[in-house]
Amino acid sequence: MMGFQIVVLWSDVLIWLLVAAGAGVGVMIAKNPPLLAAWRRVGANRVGMASATVLLAFVLIGLLDSLHYRAHLESKPGQKAVFAVEVLSVLDALAAPLRSRNEKTYSAPFATRLYAKETMDVPGQGTVRDYPRLKHGGKHLGEREDEVAEDAAMTAFKAGVLAFVGWLGVFGAVAAVNRKKSPNLKLREAAFAWDAVLLTLLLILVFAVPLFWLSGQYHVFGTDKVGQDVLYQILKSVRTGLIIGLVTTLVMLPMAVLLGIVAGYFRGWVDDVIQYIYTVLNSIPGVLLIAAAVLMMQVVIDTNPQWFSTAAERADLRLLALCFILGITSWTGLCRLLRGETLKLRELEYIQAAQAFGVSSWRIIVRHILPNLMHIVIIALVMDFSGLVLAEAVLSYVGIGVDPTMTSFGTMINNARMELGREPVVWWSLAAAFSAMFILVLSANLFADAVRDAFDPRAA
Amino acid sequence: MLKVDNLRLGFTAGKKMLAAVDGISFSIEKGETFALLGESGCGKSATAQGIMRLLPAAGRILEGKVSLEGEPLLSLSEADMRAYRGGRMAMIFQEPATSLNPVLTVGRQIGEVLERHLDLRGTAATERMVDLLRQVGIADPERRLTEYPFQLSGGMKQRVMIAIALAGEPELLIADEPTTALDVTVQAQILDLLAKIQVDRGMGMLLITHDLGVVARMAHRIGVMYAGELVEVASREAFFTQPRHPYTQALFEALPEISRRGLKLTTIPGQVPSLAAMPTGCRFADRCAHVMPVCREVSPPWREVADGHTVRCHWQGEAAEDARTRNAVTELDIDPGKPFLQVADLKVHFPIRKGFLQRTVGHVRAVDGVSLAISAGRTLALVGESGCGKTTVGKALLQLIKPTAGSVTLGGSELVGLKSRRLRGVRRHMQMIFQDPFASLNPRLRVGEIIAEGMGALGVETDPQARTTAVATLLQQVGLSDEAINRYPHEFSGGQRQRIAIARALAVQPELLICDEPTSALDVSVQAQILNLLKKLQAELGVAYLFITHNFAVVEYLAHDVAVMYLGRIVEQGSAEEVLRSPRHPYTQALLSAVPAPHLEARAEVIRLPGETPSPANPPSGCHFHPRCPQATDVCRQRYPATSAVSGTHTVSCHLVG
Repeated sequence: MMGFQIVVLWSDVLIWLLVAAGAGVGVMIAKNPPLLAAWRRVGANRVGMASATVLLAFVLIGLLDSLHYRAHLESKPGQKAVFAVEVLSVLDALAAPLRSRNEKTYSAPFATRLYAKETMDVPGQGTVRDYPRLKHGGKHLGEREDEVAEDAAMTAFKAGVLAFVGWLGVFGAVAAVNRKKSPNLKLREAAFAWDAVLLTLLLILVFAVPLFWLSGQYHVFGTDKVGQDVLYQILKSVRTGLIIGLVTTLVMLPMAVLLGIVAGYFRGWVDDVIQYIYTVLNSIPGVLLIAAAVLMMQVVIDTNPQWFSTAAERADLRLLALCFILGITSWTGLCRLLRGETLKLRELEYIQAAQAFGVSSWRIIVRHILPNLMHIVIIALVMDFSGLVLAEAVLSYVGIGVDPTMTSFGTMINNARMELGREPVVWWSLAAAFSAMFILVLSANLFADAVRDAFDPRAA
Repeated sequence: MLKVDNLRLGFTAGKKMLAAVDGISFSIEKGETFALLGESGCGKSATAQGIMRLLPAAGRILEGKVSLEGEPLLSLSEADMRAYRGGRMAMIFQEPATSLNPVLTVGRQIGEVLERHLDLRGTAATERMVDLLRQVGIADPERRLTEYPFQLSGGMKQRVMIAIALAGEPELLIADEPTTALDVTVQAQILDLLAKIQVDRGMGMLLITHDLGVVARMAHRIGVMYAGELVEVASREAFFTQPRHPYTQALFEALPEISRRGLKLTTIPGQVPSLAAMPTGCRFADRCAHVMPVCREVSPPWREVADGHTVRCHWQGEAAEDARTRNAVTELDIDPGKPFLQVADLKVHFPIRKGFLQRTVGHVRAVDGVSLAISAGRTLALVGESGCGKTTVGKALLQLIKPTAGSVTLGGSELVGLKSRRLRGVRRHMQMIFQDPFASLNPRLRVGEIIAEGMGALGVETDPQARTTAVATLLQQVGLSDEAINRYPHEFSGGQRQRIAIARALAVQPELLICDEPTSALDVSVQAQILNLLKKLQAELGVAYLFITHNFAVVEYLAHDVAVMYLGRIVEQGSAEEVLRSPRHPYTQALLSAVPAPHLEARAEVIRLPGETPSPANPPSGCHFHPRCPQATDVCRQRYPATSAVSGTHTVSCHLVG
């Protein structure tokens, strides 16, 4: 077996810290009956649980992509172990065929030949201009190039049946557990929306298993300009998207919530100062501010190459720095929203009742104001999540986004955008990246809706 | 003229259809006012919306007929219906502040109706508008036409709203609580105006209200609604002399008034059944004092008890037994001994800031020199119209608003200017009950946490076990079961929420409760429950109340002492007996006479006050009341009157007295 060296990137640390924090919060919720009741309501929400299942699939991909290592290079015994320069993740290892089977340039989904004509030397015919065969896509077909549809359909069908059988297994297990716990209840009537979860799982499996099965033989989403498989790029983009969405939010949230509430609750000079800060921030065009910050950071990174042992580490730090910069510049909207809502809340009678009891200001903020702002925070978070993923795309276009070596939805869309002007048009890169991003953002939105509804005691 | 026949309206809730109005029938003649009377949620507004076909998106007309002069309205197309709305029938809404579009001038808003229904434009329209505004009693109508709603006062907005309603020359006017949001003196003006216009034009009027006083003033016939059904229809005389339905009788019994001072008010137990769980028999059965087994099974048919007086009730009896005998409460009559809270010359001025540097250019004198004294176990009512500063006084006493000047002494220690840490100790002695029970409880805390909050903050009870017991005791004291501890406020009705708010205030065992209109958001029957509770608590615990209100019936029922406020100052103060029976200040006299009484008998002439309360940012010179005072003299315009004593307890600030 080949040895390897574990590489821990800063963003990995953050992601796994988030997972740990999530688990901690889970334990806390389990011990607190009212919170548990609220989360049970989330669990009973069909749409919410369906989207949670989809989100979970994305998160799983992201987590697999957050375990990094450097492979051991062949070396003579007795010599110091040498590790590859390239930092790989577990996802890369799992998707090794996708990663390594590169073509020369563009090819359409399920194509067996490249998208552009080339001059080839064909033995016996001299030089011809034709679409060359792909090195990997549909290679197993050999001469039967026109049978792609039948072959792919057959494979997809087989894989689909397999996925269905697998799903039946899961279904049976869930049903068995459910019968043990509550014998009289049908799955459809269970408190937890098992039906929605299972149905979503079925859809995911029936879609994903054939997809991956086929991806071993074809480029199911085609290849990009440098011949890389688009499916692989999408898988890699998930982690970038999640990090941009989550870490930026983490940077921005405390600042927006704290400053917004403080400004709205205390009014007076505190309010003036905070308003002044965000008005100034807002009056500078956001992209320019970010561009300036990113460029400065880039200079710092470029002048200190000794900080990084691999290119991946450099790209990673650049990604994190981008998150911080985005976070620092994007809190103003939420802050303004929360300030306005706090201004309204502080005049409400229950706040005055608390003041009449001499409850301290911070306690009023934590107990009375913050919980009543939570719905705004959750909505803003999800809106920002999608906004940030899009902002990353814009920034990557200007050239100040993520590191060029890093794949993200933004870089994919931008690369694809260049090719929209081609005739015939190269559409698959854009379509694939867009669909993946759409599913991610939509399920995050729906899930947040479910959470918000469950935590609103008036609607419960 | 208008005939409503078996109208049923429903609202979709999920997959279910809940009938909010269940088969009501009535008719309105030309020149007649038909009042729909009922508590909130009984479907009276939905009925009006159904007649206009303006139901909200979830609303559906399930069955029934509505016809105006024999023409069926419900089968008209939407386009044809628009000719009826605003043309042949018009509607006035409750809240004048939101029923006018703030970005259009008054003229544009009236002109819209004239153009649509009468095809009037240009100078002809302007003349008509001026004419209309004059009819509704707006001075200087030419100028007002070019003004925006924010430049008008509340009463004027309602007048403009009436002018808009009249512009299409309707045959039927639907007034949905037209004066609920207005002060009594303005309410009297608007009711007069409506009555006069109706006589002039011979319009039919459908008046929707919950106020028996307004009904007594305006209605010719009355329909009482309960839980989506009409339960009694009677002429005005029959309604006020011989109400036959137990619900109607209970409504009358629940009214607070001076003759019931020593008595417990009759309340209607329980609550209106929810739309989703309507009982099969009589809908009032569960709350009825005369309930019989048949009531729970068969919905009662209409029964004619006299000519034009029909009632839907199985019970054949006539009048409710006299409540006086069973409901006496022992009143704690504590002598006005040494007052424990004294307020001297309290002033609260809010600065008006303008310009880039936010310089102070003036002050809103919300409270401008108020002196009060409250003794233990007594109730002082602070009355006045909206904007007179009475709520600000309450908050300034609690130091929720920092007073600008003056002193508040509680048991010998001065509160004004106290540091917040020292103030915390004093807060135990004073607490506040707020007006809106829906806004005064944090929706995200459970009832137990809400009540325990004060105890925690003031360190009254630190042991969690003892605190839970204390909360349960408090809940029992205010008449709620201790199951409530783990529930959220939204699960309770308005009256129950107000009980929770009272329990929260009592949790720290205060000696003074400042009640800021605690019953104004509640229905009559619920108001009676809360007033009973407040009276009971005073007898048991000896708390003093500062009762801030504009409702004179409540004052008469509850107060020992009364202080009348006008524009930031107290104009008359004395024992309830003195102030209410022999008011000396012209403002007090006018206020008292303007309150519509729920009686049939003709009343002494109402003193009309012209205009409305001026802005406290720019009070009139001399006596603040002189521009509206019917008896103003020259000296009133020049000097603010000194306070003169009429008796040992009764003081008045007026040049005409003393």
